[in-house]
Amino acid sequence: MIKFEKVTKIYPPNTAVLQDISFEIKEGEFVSIVGKSGAGKTTLIRLILGLEDPTYGEIFFKNKNIRDADSSEIQKIRRSIGGVFQDYRLLPTKTVYENVAYIMEVEGKGNNEIKREVPKVLELIGLSEKMNNFPRELSGGEQQRLAIARALVNHPKTIIADEPTGNLDPYNTYEVIFLLKKINKTGTTVILSTHDREIINKLGKRVITLVDGKIIRDEKEGRFVI
Amino acid sequence: MLTSFKRVFSFAINDFSRNKGISIAAIFVLIVTIMLVTGLFFFQGISRNLISQVQDKIDITAYFKESVLEEDILKIKDEILKTSPDIKGIKYISRDEALEIFTEKHKDNPVFLKALEEVGQNPLWASLNITTTGSAFQYEQISNLLQADAYSAFIERVDFSQKKDTIEKVFAITSNINMFGLVLGLILFFVASLVVFNTVKLTVENSKDEIGTMRIVGASDWFVRGPFIVQGAIYGLIAFAICLLLSAFFAYSLSPKMGVILPGFSMWQYFLSNFWIFILLQLGFGMGLGMISSFIVVKKYLEE
Repeated sequence: MIKFEKVTKIYPPNTAVLQDISFEIKEGEFVSIVGKSGAGKTTLIRLILGLEDPTYGEIFFKNKNIRDADSSEIQKIRRSIGGVFQDYRLLPTKTVYENVAYIMEVEGKGNNEIKREVPKVLELIGLSEKMNNFPRELSGGEQQRLAIARALVNHPKTIIADEPTGNLDPYNTYEVIFLLKKINKTGTTVILSTHDREIINKLGKRVITLVDGKIIRDEKEGRFVI
Repeated sequence: MLTSFKRVFSFAINDFSRNKGISIAAIFVLIVTIMLVTGLFFFQGISRNLISQVQDKIDITAYFKESVLEEDILKIKDEILKTSPDIKGIKYISRDEALEIFTEKHKDNPVFLKALEEVGQNPLWASLNITTTGSAFQYEQISNLLQADAYSAFIERVDFSQKKDTIEKVFAITSNINMFGLVLGLILFFVASLVVFNTVKLTVENSKDEIGTMRIVGASDWFVRGPFIVQGAIYGLIAFAICLLLSAFFAYSLSPKMGVILPGFSMWQYFLSNFWIFILLQLGFGMGLGMISSFIVVKKYLEE
């Protein structure tokens, strides 16, 4: 589904963030990408989302070389991926309801479908009561749950979570990971980037370990070992 | 397509009403700059009026010999009128009218009146008073025409050579005023455009992260850009409406006072007769610049 072939990313003038990375993620997998801060996790995710171009090597998303994709194809790829980020990346001037609805509007879904689906997903995530609140009126945990609701609403085949628990307390961290596991059980591919040792060791899923931009380990039921 | 457009429009209205502080600030800056441009347009009207008033006072006069009959002078008047499209007007002044004007002009000066009495008869000549539409060069051409052989038997003298320096000076000054107005106008227009652009840039910059998020979730460029462009148009439209009302108010209330300073110039009439130009100028500057600025600024963030 997602394939990296000898990917290197160098930021000018000469900072190599990823070096000669190759791996493949199959549909329905739960893959954790681990590494210290600055190991290249976020760059790797930005490459999958087409926010950066690799300096060398090729990236394929569903057999489509991202380098060859035009902007509308890149936008299509991004719409097929649900993203959850450490800083939530919510739309501050939109309400909870509107934040979730926006994703469906971007996809061109009809108003009736939006009115039906958004309350359902907010109910699932436990934010029904705060539908008309703005993100700034939510706690960190609630904001991250909203980000997950937004990532889920279009039923994407892939969820990318970049340090989703970075700003959360242990209780909310557990809740977010629990949700991601649940989503994965429905057949959705989950790519989780984190430097939280405890989470990884409890998950018992595939772990790709990055050190200084290189993959040093790729294990099926991996642990956090750096 | 229609649904997308409706959504873009509704996002713009929501963002506009939810960012009241920024919206009001942007509209205020637009009002100030539109009024500056409007002021320039009024200034242009005033300076044109002043220039034309000064130019109207410039003329050359051809004095006819005493023996020339009135019908011959009027025939020459018609002939001259046909020779050049640059001639704005020719006024015939008979000997009697010339005397009347002289007497009226010097009625408080007994020396002149006494001199006239001593002469015993009307010493003044009939004349043709000629004004042109344009430059000093036109006056020179007409003067040469009047002094040509065809008319030398009739015309005693043409006063162009006496007035030449004054005419050239006046035209040089008016031409400099026009150039100064044009340069000043262009500079102020450029500055006003920059101010609007930077104001829009600041409002969009406030949403920089939001644009980034919209890109990540796969929104098309137009879906991201659209609400900002519509917001730019809303700012411009509101500023335009306020500026049009302000312009009408100032033109109406200042018109009598301006009439005292500049006789023959009515600000209100100028506003009414150029109403559509005012609308185009204010709408184009406000809405057009608001939309173009939004387009350019968002484009920059979309490419980042």
